[in-house]
Amino acid sequence: MGLGELASRDTPAARLDPRAKVVATLAYVGIVASFGRHELFRLAPLAAYPLILAALGDVPLRPLLSRLALASPFVLGVAIAEPLWGRSPALLLGGWVVPGGAVAFATLLAKLVLSVSAALILVATTGFDAVCAGLGRLGVPRALLTQLLLTYRYLFVLSDEARRMVRAHALRSPDRPRSTLRGAGTLLGQLLLRAFGRAERIHAAMRCRGFDGTLRLSQAWHLSLGDALFLSAVTALLAASRALDLPALLARLGGIS
Amino acid sequence: MHMSDALISPAVGGALWAVAGTLVAISGRRVERDPDQRRVPLMGVLGAFVFAAQMVNFSIPGTGSSGHLGGGLLLAVLLGPSSGFLVLSSVLIVQALFFADGGLLALGANLVNLGVTSCFLAYPLVFRPLAAPLRPGGRLFFASVLAAMVGLSLGGAGVAVETAASGISSLPLGSFLALMVPIHLAIGLVEGIATAAVLSFLLRARPELADARAPARALRPIVVSLGAAALLTAGALSSLASTAPDGLEWSVVRTAGAALRAPTDGIRGLLARVQATVAPFPDYRLPGRALAAPTPADPGTSLAGVVGAGLTLALIFGAFGSLRWSRRRKGTAP
Repeated sequence: MGLGELASRDTPAARLDPRAKVVATLAYVGIVASFGRHELFRLAPLAAYPLILAALGDVPLRPLLSRLALASPFVLGVAIAEPLWGRSPALLLGGWVVPGGAVAFATLLAKLVLSVSAALILVATTGFDAVCAGLGRLGVPRALLTQLLLTYRYLFVLSDEARRMVRAHALRSPDRPRSTLRGAGTLLGQLLLRAFGRAERIHAAMRCRGFDGTLRLSQAWHLSLGDALFLSAVTALLAASRALDLPALLARLGGIS
Repeated sequence: MHMSDALISPAVGGALWAVAGTLVAISGRRVERDPDQRRVPLMGVLGAFVFAAQMVNFSIPGTGSSGHLGGGLLLAVLLGPSSGFLVLSSVLIVQALFFADGGLLALGANLVNLGVTSCFLAYPLVFRPLAAPLRPGGRLFFASVLAAMVGLSLGGAGVAVETAASGISSLPLGSFLALMVPIHLAIGLVEGIATAAVLSFLLRARPELADARAPARALRPIVVSLGAAALLTAGALSSLASTAPDGLEWSVVRTAGAALRAPTDGIRGLLARVQATVAPFPDYRLPGRALAAPTPADPGTSLAGVVGAGLTLALIFGAFGSLRWSRRRKGTAP
């Protein structure tokens, strides 16, 4: 099941208004980014948002984790450089001194995991059509929404077509299965010609169904009590973790200071 | 190369969101005004083509590695700047939402790094003047390679500058640039050759495409708004940067209280308070100052931090587990 189709099930998270989830996710990502590069521990309370939403939406964690593993080797590259620069001690754990670079490395990874999983869970609990409808209600230009919906609709169709062409090419040139640059030009050009033809057929079909320049999405709009609860819970979480050092407070409650 | 949420500060991300949002709005209006509705499905299918093109790997001569077409310049050539930018925007949004490529806060940065550079800079300023009239051959090849190299290295430099402006990485800007720009020049070389190969195939197979392309539109409104946005961003960022106190100044203001009332008044005070509570610039340091060494915390607070974070996570995972368990028991989960 694709990430977007998970949202077609009836779960408490799927019942929330798409606008509420879009706004909450954007605010969340902004707050995660606002923590400094040594504030690793203060990020901990923010794990609540994606995890609770995933639990409420019955989102399986395995597909999320596999996407997280693929996410941005570039960030890993930048993060790995951190321990080389920050040698000064930042933490003392027992007798063990942790250099600032190691903390910065861990903070970067934590931020990556939190912000990426928030975006993935938004789609997994809302579905792409509803996300787009929500964006439309929030004022995103219609032309962009149409592009988003069409791009997503044909992404898998054209990718399958490309895969078939690559396989056909590989079968016909077993000694050199990967194409050369010039060959790629022909393959991609053919794929483009097929895409042009497909676009013509899609246009004819859309006209037959009365297309007048905008796609219409059926979506009931009502902010329910659940949405209000969700938004206030998210606001409370974000405000509290921004304004207070929750882990330190908790440790003090537990008698460790 | 995609900018990531983990590397960007809220202020830099927000400023670039504003720039990219303005350009999306302008481009969207232009596309909506276009009477030719055939372009709508064509643009959508070409957005999907950018993803499909990643399936077609080709070997890069002399390196033993392989690459694939990025497609930014190709979209600009096939559709023109505004439509090309809109299609690239939708591609980048789908990538951020489904493939964990880039991020939501970094979306504006990615639209600027990958979309604006190829559609509003490399295509109109480099490719179009050099390649006209569109015919397969050396001119097309040269124009594609140069435009792709310019566009992609600008984008790579953008990533480095945005990361440095965000103050997230301790990599100095100079070395970051020295790393990113040559890599992106090389990527641009491959991208340019691939783009030229696709374009010359298309022009041979369907010569009428060269004439049927959208007529060149006036770029002035876009260039003017880009310039205005750049000025605005630079102004906003520099005023914020110069008035927001760094950690030391802030603690001085806090401890000195009434003695230092002046900076807490008016816009400067407001910005300082915004920085202190919302931290749009986490770790912001005044340029030229030595890297603020993290002070070795006393063992007590370090331990409290670790234990507190551990307790917090345990609580959250406990809530997650029990929520999931109770939903399974109710039989709502598949």
